[in-house]
Amino acid sequence: MNIVTKKPEVLVSVHEARLHYQVGGAFAAMRGKSTVVKAVDGVTFDIRRGESVGLLGESGCGKTSMGRLLLKLEDTTGGSIHFDGEELGEVRRHRLKKFRSRAQLIFQNPFDAINPRFTIRATLSEPLENAGIPRSEREDRIIKALELVRLPEPEQFLDRYPHQLSGGQLQRVVMARALILQPEFVVADEPVSMLDVSVRAGVLNVFRDVRDRLGLTAIYISHDLALVRYVCERTIVMYLGRIMEDGPTEDIVHEPLHPYTKALVAAVPVPNPDQSHDPLPIGRGAPDPRNPPSGCVFRDRCPSAHARCASEVPQPRPVGSRLVACHLF
Amino acid sequence: MPEIAAPAIIKPRRPNILARMFRTLRLPVNDPFAVAGLLIYLVFIATAVFADQITTHDPTEILYTPSYDLAADLRPGQDGFIMGTTSLGRDIFSQLVYGSRSALLIGVTAAFMVALIGSIIGLVAGYFGRLVDAVLMRLADIAFGIPFLPFVIVLAAFLQPSIWNVVIAMALVLWRDTARVIRSQVLTLRTRGYVEAARVAGSSDFKIIVRHIAPNILPLSFLYGSIAIGWAILTEASISFLGFGDPDSISWGYMLQDAFASQALAKQAYYWFVPPGICIILVVSAGFFITRGYENILFPKLNR
Repeated sequence: MNIVTKKPEVLVSVHEARLHYQVGGAFAAMRGKSTVVKAVDGVTFDIRRGESVGLLGESGCGKTSMGRLLLKLEDTTGGSIHFDGEELGEVRRHRLKKFRSRAQLIFQNPFDAINPRFTIRATLSEPLENAGIPRSEREDRIIKALELVRLPEPEQFLDRYPHQLSGGQLQRVVMARALILQPEFVVADEPVSMLDVSVRAGVLNVFRDVRDRLGLTAIYISHDLALVRYVCERTIVMYLGRIMEDGPTEDIVHEPLHPYTKALVAAVPVPNPDQSHDPLPIGRGAPDPRNPPSGCVFRDRCPSAHARCASEVPQPRPVGSRLVACHLF
Repeated sequence: MPEIAAPAIIKPRRPNILARMFRTLRLPVNDPFAVAGLLIYLVFIATAVFADQITTHDPTEILYTPSYDLAADLRPGQDGFIMGTTSLGRDIFSQLVYGSRSALLIGVTAAFMVALIGSIIGLVAGYFGRLVDAVLMRLADIAFGIPFLPFVIVLAAFLQPSIWNVVIAMALVLWRDTARVIRSQVLTLRTRGYVEAARVAGSSDFKIIVRHIAPNILPLSFLYGSIAIGWAILTEASISFLGFGDPDSISWGYMLQDAFASQALAKQAYYWFVPPGICIILVVSAGFFITRGYENILFPKLNR
């Protein structure tokens, strides 16, 4: 029986996490003009070890903010986030350093994520240096990390500057930097959205392979359902800082329950000109996040909204294999 | 069979730190004004460095003519005094040459201190934000409110009237402009992806500031430092002219004060007060010409 040595199943546990920004300064507050933007507003979910979860939603829905909270790049203004049993708010100093080596971020824009004054070697040395890896071992680790992300002939890149590399190569370097300390948990924030379509598949496959090979727990943030479906077995759909639906990706794709998810799924283009394409009529753009609708935040765009939606915030309820936050269920 | 040399593997050379610094601190040689400014500076610095060789007399010594009269109020050229003498019999040419030395000393140290203090405060305020930023920027507001010249005079009066106190007084007030500008630059830099990436990689705040942010603001601190050179020389001249300067060091401002107190204008001794005035104008405007040319390099969009 090796149950004793087994680590707890859940790696990341988010409970009622909130990230509220005060907009407007002290003077605006005095005149009663300041407002609060709720980037993340009461989000609860658990991520098991080795699971990969897609965070799906349109821009401004709080998915990137959620990712930043998970990595402690931003502190919650309410609720709690536990990483391997530790409350992130209490992780400081040397424990923060430890946490930084265990949880990593893959950036959206590789052209911005690498200091243009640094060579690739210097870029990849930085995390090693911070983790106290001796100088003699660094070169070896750097080469290994670059091989891991399938950058051919890594030696030739070491002394190059970022502007001498292509987007796909740069994104691999960004991935190598995230993986070089062998983290357990990786947040990938739209890692291919800045890349040319022709190199996306390559980078995505590297991401998938590395994740499987290292047994990473991963969060994949994207607005593109097709990408999330390609990478993640579970999907969390967010809208205006809240979770709308949370469940196995395939179930969500084949039978979306929440009206918002339905709209998202319907919006995915079908590569068949004969098939009728009928996106659901959800009106306009997302509402002003400073002034979201009362009750259900999606109600003003929802085709099946009714009186109750305006008065009561729908709580996530289990429906079959997933959680749906809608009064219809 | 002749041996064929293996093609040398061309390793991309890593430019060393010095080369990189010089690249950021390129000299503005395309702007004619800036070139004129550079030339003036060159002459000015050479004069200050070789002052001992150039001068003909001790600038503070009371001199006598060959006929053992006090060499007072001599016209230029008389008795071998190139620019004549003061009312107390001191050589004006030698004073002018030594004046460049104190001007250089003051200009460079004040510029260095202003650039250093301003950059550090700007970096800290911009990077840490929130309370630190609020406190430091309110301090900058206070510094903006301080009338410059009276402050320097009061400080020089409280402490000893010396060159160094003038420099300190200037550093205490002039950091404000540098700090403001650098802070705003840091505000945009800190949101760059690579700064966040360094944080995720576990780098400390200090390391992020020194490695990722400071190199980007270096040209700006250089710009503000060079503006401070002109200000410093001008201020020292004003202070000395008003009589609050260091009585032991010869500066252009001191010469003007001396000429003024000796009623040189009434004596029509233009050779006494015009040269130091011209020197101040030349050096200060040369500084601004260089700054202007440098600004064009830094912000090419300002180009007409």
